[in-house]
Amino acid sequence: MTGEELRGIVETERARRKAVTHRVAVCSAAGCLALGAEDAKAAFERAVAGSGLSGEVEVHGTGCLGLCHAGPMAEIHSREAGHVCVHRYDRVTDDLAQRIVEDHISRGEPVAGRAVPEDHPFFAKQTRVVLAGSGEADPERIETCVGTGAYGALLRAVTEMTPQEVVAEVSASGLRGRGGAGYPTGLKWATVAKAPGPRKIVVCNADEGDPGAFMDRRVLEGDPHRVLEGMAIAGYAVGAERGYVYVRGEHPLAIQRLRRAIHQGERLGVLGNRVLDTGFDFRIDLRIGAGAYVCGEETALIASIEGGRGTPHPRPPYPAEAGLWGLPTLINNVETFANVPAIMTKGAAWFAGIGSARSKGTKVFALAGDVVHNGIVEVPMGITLREIVFGIGGGIRNGRRLKAAQTGGPSGGCIPASHLDLPIDYESLLAVGSMMGSGGLVVMDDTTCMVDVARFFMEFCREESCGKCVPCRAGTVQMYAILDRITRGEGVPEDLARLEELSELLRSASLCGLGQGAPSPVLSTLRHFRDEYLAHVLDRRCPAGACAMAPAVRPAEAT
Amino acid sequence: MATPGEGAPGRTAPEHPSGDRRFEALDAALRRHRGRPDALLEILHAAQEVFGHLADDVLVYVGRSLKLPLSRVYGVATFYNLFRLAPAGEHTCTVCLGTACYVRGAGEIFTGIRRAYAVGAGETTPDGKITLAVARCVGNCGSAPVVAFDRDYRADQTTEGVLAHLREWSGP
Repeated sequence: MTGEELRGIVETERARRKAVTHRVAVCSAAGCLALGAEDAKAAFERAVAGSGLSGEVEVHGTGCLGLCHAGPMAEIHSREAGHVCVHRYDRVTDDLAQRIVEDHISRGEPVAGRAVPEDHPFFAKQTRVVLAGSGEADPERIETCVGTGAYGALLRAVTEMTPQEVVAEVSASGLRGRGGAGYPTGLKWATVAKAPGPRKIVVCNADEGDPGAFMDRRVLEGDPHRVLEGMAIAGYAVGAERGYVYVRGEHPLAIQRLRRAIHQGERLGVLGNRVLDTGFDFRIDLRIGAGAYVCGEETALIASIEGGRGTPHPRPPYPAEAGLWGLPTLINNVETFANVPAIMTKGAAWFAGIGSARSKGTKVFALAGDVVHNGIVEVPMGITLREIVFGIGGGIRNGRRLKAAQTGGPSGGCIPASHLDLPIDYESLLAVGSMMGSGGLVVMDDTTCMVDVARFFMEFCREESCGKCVPCRAGTVQMYAILDRITRGEGVPEDLARLEELSELLRSASLCGLGQGAPSPVLSTLRHFRDEYLAHVLDRRCPAGACAMAPAVRPAEAT
Repeated sequence: MATPGEGAPGRTAPEHPSGDRRFEALDAALRRHRGRPDALLEILHAAQEVFGHLADDVLVYVGRSLKLPLSRVYGVATFYNLFRLAPAGEHTCTVCLGTACYVRGAGEIFTGIRRAYAVGAGETTPDGKITLAVARCVGNCGSAPVVAFDRDYRADQTTEGVLAHLREWSGP
């Protein structure tokens, strides 16, 4: 595949899309599939054929369209007088698909009362960079992805730029790691590029394991080529010829789509040997995880790719110096790679224009919990929590009150409602005792007990501790026992100090991020919701009414 | 291409020496990965796909084929949650205990099943009918709490609804 041929595909695909008046993009991500998206797509196809519109309407699957709880979702793209209008429908049934084709497509009248309003806050407040392919590309057909720009950035990189220029561009964009820690991506690339040795490796960390996080999975399901292209650009920039995607075993659809995408990419000649007819080779292989949360930690992930138990080892040496099989290894998260093609296409300055002073670009969040509109959202960095929860999310379900928002999973914390106007960026979240994390954002209403939430996360860390280092292996057991005792109404006031003491121990002495981060949910809830802990241990009472407390024996004694 | 320990390289005979034809599918996976020891996880995935679980003889076979000590194979097989060393029940009920499901009541659903059937996470009822499994976020947080009956993922579940469904499997 030469650059000329790639541009040929783009032309063909654009012409093909121009030849139809309407395009129906049905969400084919796992959330919508579970709610019947496959049937909805078939219903559209039947209705289109039945109305004799096959030549004028294209029906295709696409990446996550957002409102995951209201699936199946579909977008109708209509070309009218030179420009394209987009209408959205949720909860698409056979019957609704039929009416959309009859009313909306045939007669140009959106189905009354069923089209999602254009200014619906869930969609209006988003900025799509990583998810730009949703509604446009069909993840199962590489040609549609190429038609919407896929591999154009790779072509430009390998034919017009030196590897140093690519690294400089990524550095200038200000992109930081989307896995949670926020390490500057350009700096990491430069380190691996400078590392000596003829063989280097690029690894995509797709072991998305935080409970309540499903962004990376949606990106891989909906637009795998964007990630693969980002990896190939990284390979060119750092001088690697091999790439691995380590994907969580619990994400079968993402695995299936990735496998197909790699195959199609190699067939087309945009991956594999002689990428785009240049001297650059880049082969990507899949590695499937087997259900170990700790493998999201980079050194454990490397051990797992090498076929061993996923236990971490101390850093340094960092993977950038000695990673997979001892070779210099670049490890980035799915979303980080997915940002790269847009940066190369639109430029570092454009990217740096989005977001806040120290956190550039957008962030994809999995918005879930007690919020009205659930789903995948992509917002500019620096947006406030209030805008996400009450603007995009539509507020709290059942008219209840917001109590806290949890970010960063088991290594993150709970942000209380009093910090609603906090701008969401790496530094602000750390300042209130939470962290950006990979992008899970679980909203909790006032029926949620924060001590119980801390217990939930500690139980998770206890189960997932790999057992290699004592502070984490034994510390999570001890902290869980104390938290469990408190939620059963058997805690004592001294327990709070013990929790803080153990937290400090785990934080400073654990080998990897799992143990170091495990105390965070406890510390953040102790900081912001200490009165709840006190109610449990002093009054033997759960203010949220969530904990089954031991019968309050002689309440007089408790005070 | 050789699969050490068993059979001859390039053998095309239709039947595996053990008489269990499922080993042929495993051999195919071994060949695909050229017997490389770092493919251990891939091979264990393939073996579980074929056999349903990883019995001792399968672990021994994988170890020999990849020239790895059994301790290493057993160590890896027991480290990862997705590998099963014992056969699963006829049906599997998987309760998602991700954060979103938990704050929306999945904990009570899990406790309800545990009480009703006296099984813990990963355990099977004595009659071999139902295995209770726990998932840490299946990525359908919008539909929390989510429970899967075998591979059928259901949204917005309640304890009563789940128990009613399980009674169809277990009988009254």
